[in-house]
Amino acid sequence: MTDTETRSFEALTLGLGGEIFAIDANSVHEILDIVPQTEVPGAPPLVSHLINVRGKVVPLADLRIRFGMECTPPTIDTRIVVVEIELDEEPTVVGLLADKVHEVTSISGASIEGTPDIGMRWNPELIKGIGKRGDDFIVIPDIVRIFTTH
Amino acid sequence: MTGADPGQIFREEAAELLVDLETALLHLEQRPTDREPLDTAFRALHTIKGSGSMFGFEAAASFTHHLESAFDRMRKGELAATTAMIGIALAAKDHIRTLIDDPANADAEAGDAILARLAEQSGSAAMSASLRQEHDDAEGRATWRVRFRLAPDALERGTNPLLLLDELRELGDAGIVALTDDVPPLEELEPTHCHIAWQVILTTAHPRSTIEDVFIFVIDETELTIEPVSASVPEPESAVVASEPPAPPSREPSAVTGHVPPKEPAVPKADAAAEKGKAHPATNSIRVPAERLDDLMDQVGELVIAHARLKQLISDSVDLQIKSVTEEIERLSNGLRDITMGIRMVPVESLFGRFRRLVRDLSQELGKDVVLTMSGEETELDKTMIERLNDPLVHIIRNSLDHGLEPAADRVAAGKPPQGRIHLSARHAGTRVLMTIRDDGRGLDRDRIRAKAEEQDLIPPGAKLSDAELFQLIFHPGFSTARTLTSVSGRGIGMDVVKRTIDGLRGTIEVSSTPGGGTEITLGLPLTLAIIDGLLVRVGQGRYVIPLFAVEECVELPPDVERRHANRNFLNIRGALVPFLRLRDSFGVRHPPDLYQKVVIISSGDKRVGLVVDQVLGDHQTVIKSMSKLHADVANFSGATILGDGSVALILDIAQIVAAGQVQEQRREAS
Repeated sequence: MTDTETRSFEALTLGLGGEIFAIDANSVHEILDIVPQTEVPGAPPLVSHLINVRGKVVPLADLRIRFGMECTPPTIDTRIVVVEIELDEEPTVVGLLADKVHEVTSISGASIEGTPDIGMRWNPELIKGIGKRGDDFIVIPDIVRIFTTH
Repeated sequence: MTGADPGQIFREEAAELLVDLETALLHLEQRPTDREPLDTAFRALHTIKGSGSMFGFEAAASFTHHLESAFDRMRKGELAATTAMIGIALAAKDHIRTLIDDPANADAEAGDAILARLAEQSGSAAMSASLRQEHDDAEGRATWRVRFRLAPDALERGTNPLLLLDELRELGDAGIVALTDDVPPLEELEPTHCHIAWQVILTTAHPRSTIEDVFIFVIDETELTIEPVSASVPEPESAVVASEPPAPPSREPSAVTGHVPPKEPAVPKADAAAEKGKAHPATNSIRVPAERLDDLMDQVGELVIAHARLKQLISDSVDLQIKSVTEEIERLSNGLRDITMGIRMVPVESLFGRFRRLVRDLSQELGKDVVLTMSGEETELDKTMIERLNDPLVHIIRNSLDHGLEPAADRVAAGKPPQGRIHLSARHAGTRVLMTIRDDGRGLDRDRIRAKAEEQDLIPPGAKLSDAELFQLIFHPGFSTARTLTSVSGRGIGMDVVKRTIDGLRGTIEVSSTPGGGTEITLGLPLTLAIIDGLLVRVGQGRYVIPLFAVEECVELPPDVERRHANRNFLNIRGALVPFLRLRDSFGVRHPPDLYQKVVIISSGDKRVGLVVDQVLGDHQTVIKSMSKLHADVANFSGATILGDGSVALILDIAQIVAAGQVQEQRREAS
């Protein structure tokens, strides 16, 4: 872990498969209720659907697939977090499914720990670090790696 | 636009001027005595030089200066516009472009070499300049009355009348009088406008054209009269006029006419007004960055979609007022869409024009005499499309020149004129534009294509192929039949790039060829990249758009086909066997099929494939949205669109699907 990856940042926390994830609040465009989804036959499972975000066609990603979590059907709390990420130096807008959106909070760099190599349920490559907030652990996923590694 | 980089503005302006310059040079090469292209070239050079030094492009400006001088001499008839001269000018034009776009990488030596050649040519091509000088002297000095009135906003545009007057003074003895009869009373005076006109009595050895040249950049907006004054006007008088202070602002014309030679009163007002009308042509254009047009198109696209949703929502409503407002919005949004698309349309002339230079240079390099002709240049196409067509057309034209057209000796032996022809044409065909590149060369060599294809295992030996199928092989990656590699073509890259680019534009390529008679390549292109006419179909629960240009017909899938030939997916369409694909299988649909399945027959080139769908929902005009990078490798779809209810539908990629259908047909032939 380098310093740049463990500095403090404003994060949007969301619930996913029983865990709390934090994503950089600056990359978030908007948060939507569930909208009609269109399946793309032959697309990678992670981005198997498309949605319409204000007239733009945007891939919808279910991060639970990459973390091996169970894909439960949407509930009344399910939201779509629209984020912008850099893929191959090109800004790309992606929708992320979230079981629940919690809050925008500040995560201090000091509270972030490197990813433990063992004792993890999922691939450490996809995680930037684990933050602590009170007694809760917050997973900071590496969104770009999630989309660029298969 | 405030805050825009002036250097960038200059670069854009210069790029356009350089295109004008090149076109003018090529015209000039065809008709060396024509005055108009010469003037255009000179004006372009002069502007580049002037603006260049203003914006700090000193190297470009000083280089251009030399070329401008040469062209100035051509205009005066001291130099002839020889082919060699044009060649140097074209090379110089390329060098100027580098100096402006990429000054750090400009090759100073190459520039010096061009200048050396230019100097050499100017020396040898000088049509006895000294002799001409004598002739001028014999003509002697003449006196001219020059009156000019600048456009009211000339000062705002940066015209400095003092510089014009200085330039006139340099030409000879000038007596200058300001004509103040149009200066309004103080309360009406617009301080930023130029209200003063000037009369100059000029005695000079230079011809009339030199005087006109002083005004070359303001001529369109300026009322200018130049008339000879008979020798009887005594020079001292004009000198007196010059020394007199300018007349004080006054409404009375008589006060002014007292100071100027009495021959000619101030220009009558009616004439002035008429000339003013002429001087301001109706064409008034603004430069807009292309991205803004794209943004506008996006917004209009969303408006169209939003309107479609609104229409759907109120379709059950009985409220007549809401209905009428919706219809009003429909009319407006359709109008807005048409206008926005119209803004993006550019005549293909801007594309074709670039190839004059290409053909000229290549024909010299290859030692072939080739003439390029064009028709239908006024046909309009989307600007983005024009840009993307450049590379494919360059490849095709290069191929024609290199492989298609024979050397002159072979042509004569074959009973053809020694000069090869390449013809570019464009025309509308329904909602598509057909662009044809035709040469009168030797035509495609069927045997060699076949031999090469068999060698590369693209086709089984002895396979029966139609001409069209055979010719499609030239678009295969790595396929080149050129026996010797040239710098122009023959590396086997090119035609596959052409095919890919045209596919990407949702276009089609057809090749036809007559042995000894030439080759014709026809590109079928949509008018715009932004909007598509499609057939909306349903497969399972998903809705898909099939581009309408590819759709030939829709038929019902006969139930017996299903029962009798479980493994043989062929339909008998009026005697022809057409392979069909079940889209529900291709897309992995689990939903049970509808009872009566439909088949949409689509075609690409001369290949036909049937697509089995659950329901044909109708035609649908919509805005194309590209898919993100994350779906770059997904096969079968070329883009997505948003339907009236706001959901996303995928657009089928015809070329890929037809190819998939062909695989199936080949399996049948193999079995």
